[in-house]
Formats: sequence, C-alpha cells, structure tokens
Amino acid sequence: MQTSDNILSASRIEKGFPGTRALDKVDFHLRRGEVHALLGENGAGKSTLIKCLTGAYRRDGGSILLDGAEVDPRDTFDAQRLGIGTVYQEVNLLPNLTVAENLFLGRQPRRFGMIDTKAMNRRARELLAEYELELDVTRDLASYSVAIQQVVAIARAVDLSGKVLILDEPTASLDAHEVAMLFRIVRRLKARGLGIVFITHFLEQVYEIADRITVLRNGQVVGTRDTAELTRRDLIAMMIGRELAAEIQSARPDAVEGEPRYSFRNYGRRGHVAPFDLDVRAGEVVGMAGLLGSGRTETAEILFGAHRADSGTAEIDGRPVNLSSPRAAIRRKFGFCPEDRKTAGIVGDLSVRENIVLALQARRGWTRPISRAEQNRLADHYIRALDIRTADREKPIKLLSGGNQQKAILARWLATEPELLILDEPTRGIDVGAHAEIVRLIETLREKGMSLIVISSELEELVAYSTRIVVLRDRAHVAELSGDRITAHQIVEAIAAANERGAS
Amino acid sequence: MISIVRTYLTRLLPQLIALATIVAAVSIVFPGFLNLEIQNGRLYGSLIDILNRGAPVVLLAIGMTVVIATKGIDLSVGAVMAICGAVAASLITSGHSLGVTLLATLAVGVLCGVWNGILVAVLDIQPIIATLVLMVAGRGIAQLITEGAILTFNDAGLIFIGSGSFAGLPMPVVIWLLFGVLVALVVRRSALGMLIEAVGVNREASSLSGVLTPVLLIAAYVLSGLCAAIAGIIAAADIKGADANNAGLWLELDAILAVVVGGTSLLGGRFSIAASVLGAIIIQAINTGILLSGFPPEFNLIIKAAIIVFILVLQSPRFRTAFTFLSIPRAAGKPTEREAK
Repeated sequence: MQTSDNILSASRIEKGFPGTRALDKVDFHLRRGEVHALLGENGAGKSTLIKCLTGAYRRDGGSILLDGAEVDPRDTFDAQRLGIGTVYQEVNLLPNLTVAENLFLGRQPRRFGMIDTKAMNRRARELLAEYELELDVTRDLASYSVAIQQVVAIARAVDLSGKVLILDEPTASLDAHEVAMLFRIVRRLKARGLGIVFITHFLEQVYEIADRITVLRNGQVVGTRDTAELTRRDLIAMMIGRELAAEIQSARPDAVEGEPRYSFRNYGRRGHVAPFDLDVRAGEVVGMAGLLGSGRTETAEILFGAHRADSGTAEIDGRPVNLSSPRAAIRRKFGFCPEDRKTAGIVGDLSVRENIVLALQARRGWTRPISRAEQNRLADHYIRALDIRTADREKPIKLLSGGNQQKAILARWLATEPELLILDEPTRGIDVGAHAEIVRLIETLREKGMSLIVISSELEELVAYSTRIVVLRDRAHVAELSGDRITAHQIVEAIAAANERGAS
Repeated sequence: MISIVRTYLTRLLPQLIALATIVAAVSIVFPGFLNLEIQNGRLYGSLIDILNRGAPVVLLAIGMTVVIATKGIDLSVGAVMAICGAVAASLITSGHSLGVTLLATLAVGVLCGVWNGILVAVLDIQPIIATLVLMVAGRGIAQLITEGAILTFNDAGLIFIGSGSFAGLPMPVVIWLLFGVLVALVVRRSALGMLIEAVGVNREASSLSGVLTPVLLIAAYVLSGLCAAIAGIIAAADIKGADANNAGLWLELDAILAVVVGGTSLLGGRFSIAASVLGAIIIQAINTGILLSGFPPEFNLIIKAAIIVFILVLQSPRFRTAFTFLSIPRAAGKPTEREAK
C-alpha cells in the first residue's frame, strides 16, 4: 500500500460504551485529494468513528496518523488545530453573528487590542472569493440559506484546519441545485489536496462525488472499495445484509392462509408515506425492509395512529375502523414499540413496574387504578417471563441496559393483551443475548396467533421470522415477498431494483 | 404498611429536619415561640399563626406541585388570586348570596386554569410563556373588576372564611388541611398520580402508550387555578376587601419555592404534595421566625435566602448519597445474583 499517500490513517480504532462495542478494530485510511464516503445504517458506528477522529470521544485503542505523524486529539479544538475540520448537518455556527464574525470567531484580526472589523471583513471576502461566493459579510449569518451557511462553515473549517475535512450529512436539508453548488466546492477542495470524508444516506450522491467507499456495520469495517468498481447492489448488500453467500435458510414459518384480519387500502399520509395496501392475518409476521428513510417508521406510525392517515381505509375483520390516534388504535388492541426507545419508549424516571403497567392503566382510565398488588403481580410476571434483568421492579427504568428496557416496553404492550403488535427496530442497539431472546419472543407470539408487523434493518433476522416481507423505498411500498422469495438476496434485489429505476 | 410509612418518612426527612431546625432556632431566640393557648375555644400562638399566615402559599403550592410534575409551571397563580378576590368582593357587595359568590369565584379560578391548560396542552406554548400572559393580564382584569379601588365588604359569612375558626383551628388552616388531604387522596388513590408523573417525565412516550396527555395537562392547570381561587378568597376575606394591586403579589414565586423546597424536581416527574405543603410551611416559618427574632427587617430576605440554600443542599443528590452512605451502608444496593452475572 502506498501509505505515503494517506493524509489520515486510523488503525485498529476501538471504542466501547457500557454494554456495547461501538467500534471494533476499525481501520480507515484517507488519501490526499480524495473524497471518501463513509456509509452504514444508523448505529453502525459512523458518528462514533468521526467523534474519535475529531477528539470528541477519547478512543479506547488504536492509533491515528495525520500526515505521517501520530496524533491524539484531546478535543475538537485540538483536532482543528492539528488539521482535522468537521462540518455537521446542523450548522454549528452562530446565526446571530455576521458572516465575517463567524469565519473569524476566536481569531479576529486585532489592531491596538481592538477587533479590526475592517480587516476582518476584507479577509472574509477574500476567503469566500475562493469559493466563488460573493456575500455581504457584514450581514447576519441567519439571513442566508442553509446551503450558504454550510459553505461558510466549510470555509471556516478549511481555513482553520486545512488537511482533512469531514462532512457529516451536509446535504440532508439541501435541494438539488444547492447540492450541485456544494459538490463544486468539494471538488475544488479535493483538487487542492485535502482529504475529504463524506457521510450521507443518499447513495446517488455517493456515486456522484466519492472516489472510495468504506462501509461500517455493527462497529466493524465491512470493506473499503473504489466507487467505480462497486455496484449499487453490492453496496446495499454490504450495508444491510451480511454477505449474500452467508445467507441463512432457517426453518422459516409457513405462509398463513385465510382471510386477513387487518386490511389497509390506499392507506397513507402525504409527506410521510405514499398510499399503500397492506393485509395482515392472524398468526402472521409481516416484515418491513428498506434503507433508512425509506418510509418504514412512517408506515408504522400511521398504522398506529401516531400520525393520522390522510387517505385510504382501515378494516379489522371486515369492519371499517378509525385509527386516528394511538388511543383509538390501542382500543382496537394494537401495540407499538417505537424505534427511538429513549425519547418515545421508556418513561425514564419511573420504575420498571410503572413502565410495564402504563399502557394498561392508560386504557383503563384514571378512575380505575390497577391495585398495587396487581401491578406487582404483572411486573413480576413479565420480569420473569421476558427475563428482564433488574435488581427489583422499583428500579428506575433508565438505569437498565438497552435490551432490558426494550423487553420492559414489550412487556408494557403484552400486558394489554394486544392482537396486533407493531415493532419498529426491536433489536437495535441491544446486546446479542437480548437480541436472540426478542427474536424468540416474536416467534412465540406468532405461534400463539398474534399478528405482528416488524421493522428491522437486520435482513437475516427478518428472513428468519417473517411470513411475508414488504420492501420500501423512497417512502413507498415497492415490493412484497412471500414464500420461497423471502431471502436476504431477494430483499437486496428488490431494494436495488427500485434504486436503479429511481436513479436512471 | 410499616414499609410505606418508612418510605414516606425517608421522602419527607429533609423537609422535617429543616422545619424542626428552624422551629428550634427561633424558640431559642424567642422563648415564647412554642407557647400555645386556648381562648374562646380557639388555639392561639406563633405556631398556629404560621399555619394560618401560610395558608395562601400552601394552597398555591398544592396546585403548583401537580403542574410542575407535568414539567410545567404556573406563573399566573398570584394574579388569579387577585382576580378571584375581586370577583368574590364584587359579587358579595352587589348582593349575591355567599353560596353563589363562592361557587362563581371558584368557577372563575377553574376558567383561568382552562385558559392556561389550553395554551399549554393544545397550542403547545411553553408553560412559562403561556402562564406569563395571565400573570400580566390577570392584575389588569382584577383592577377592571374592582374599578381601581380596594373593594371592601362586610358580609359576615365571607369574613368568617378568613378569620373564623373551626374545631379550635383558624378557618384558613382547616380549609388547606381538608383540601390538601382531598387532593392527595384523589391523586394517589386513583391512577392520576402515576399518569401525571409519566406525562411529566416523557410526554411523547406517554401519548404513544395511550395516555390522554392534553386532558391531563389541562386538568393540572385547572387544579392550580382552583387552588388560586381558594387562596384568593382567603386573602380577600382576611383583609375584608379585594386589593387588585397587592393580593397574591409575588406569591407565585413563593409557591414555586415551596415546591422546590419540598423536593419536587422542576424537570417534572415524581412529586409529593405533602412535601410541598411542608415546603410552604417552612417558608412561612422562616418569615414569621425572622420577624419574631427581632432581627432588623433589612436582613429578612438575605436570611431567608441563606436558609433556603441550606435546605436545597440538604436534599441535593450528592449530599443524599453521602448521607445514606454514612448511615445505612447496605442501602447503596447489593447487586442481586441475576445482575451480577
């Protein structure tokens, strides 16, 4: 390898958090004058790696070479000084200061100990001219569009650091025209010899701008490839499935016959997910697959009434029902474990017991309290049945590990004896043991005749327990797989097919 | 049963210690402090005076506790006191019966609560801003009702609420005792307490679990408005008139302080009405104690602040950890076998 070409070389980076291994011996090499895309689903370790490189986190192990010299940034300022600049999705500048002040904050040119505003503004104009940007640098930053603010942030980062530029989802809130402008600037910086790390969820943009791609999954590097030699299909497989060869074929449940219990027709909500048809039978697990932002969570939220559907009809056992709010859905014996456990799932300060009885109590209404004895019985039952590891049922749930919190949320719904359970990423961010237990629980519930809709980024997992799989892309349901077609390979094909159609 | 009593005592311990310390300190400086005597079938003495004088803040603190438990705050209670005092005075002077006057006044308090609740729960305005509206406008409304003057009245029934006595205790004390017990019972015997705490800790998760969050939020502000109405009636009856400018002035701050001294977090969640009532009594004990001790009045506010800082330190998590560590080493929690593996 031509190591001399590498401007930034991170080797065997390790970082652990209580209960999880966020980065496991990650190697990442950035060449001079290249745009290197860093890809992976949520929780793959992208942002942890970036934070280790920029000193926001202290790494547990491994080394970082910058320009051939070993560095150990203590914090982001240190990293900036060394030459590693970062621009985040939400611009971290001060909107109420002028463009020039933002560019030179903390290092304003001085004259007689006072800030030399004239010199500062002149230098700000010179700096921005390099980016073909003519702005009134004395205006507040907030008066410019997010795209311009991005460029100002990039200009500041490059001016401060000048060796490595990390762009963390810079295009997430930009329109096509603004993206093109940003990419022109990125190419210019690349020509100047900077190493640029580009993090995004938009695969088209990766193919447009990136020279090489590194894919992370579960804290490990899946591989680094030249963009030109990597097909979209292989890239998607790298991101979400294990290698196609390692595809497993476990004893998958047979397709369920009979009339659907739940049937949604032309159901959807503008701006969330395009109208879709969906049937769920008793004793069936419908899996939902798709990349991040494909509309999986939106589908779940609409089904549960967290967001009201603005088109279509819902029927249970042939009778039309109104699912306009979570309460309405809960009355129909729906349950929903949301994706973001911390903000939408657990009630952190309350005890495990209270978290388990919450949904049941809410359904009964405040005037009919569940007696303390009954609460204790319910909590103890589910702590035992789901093997929730907690010192006792009165422990605040926020002190439990992710997997045990997830089991407690599942217990909250099981206590309401649901007939349709919607699980959004039930196994994300939890340890291997709890993971297997939750998968087993899903299978047990299905065998008991419950209907389940499960969203997961783990393809093997979906393949193992789903009786049917709906594939989503760009906020629309694009394919449905059943029977022998339920394989990780077919799911990747379905996503990629839609992806190629969309790209052409 | 014993374990429940012990949990309660542990929860209220810092407040009880603080109150005992203050009472002990004042009784050293002012020996007559603990004296109680019975005249005409009614108890008199400094201690009773504290309970009596503290009535408005105690009542406000009861409502404020529930609002703060929902992660909210109600700045308007002082102004609502003024409105309700004015309403009561104007109704009674215009010849309405005591019953009608009281019911109408309480209804006005409820209405103020509904207004705050809708701003917070339906329009999703930050509670501090939403209730600031009524805090500012409320005094104006009260002044309109009294037409800028102090509206005095002579109705014996209404005055009885401020200065009468029942079972040997001043009426205000009887009212806040009964009301406090009633609210605490309703909240804890029903599922309201737990649902309120759930909403306060995580509104989104509670909504997704089927809790009717908007209704609960509005109910919290309604309770706060109702408490302010009762406090307003007591304050007006006490001075036999409605003073739109000064009735309940700054009492919202004392009420918030009482809740904080009572150990309920301003971040919402776990709450204790008993602790807040104790907090309000502590504040009143400090006020009365400083006056009786004969310190120059200039020192009052500073001494009060110092004592409150002391109480807050007493219940800070750090101090509590150190304290439990010293007294009951095993309370630190032995990991169970399940956890250990």
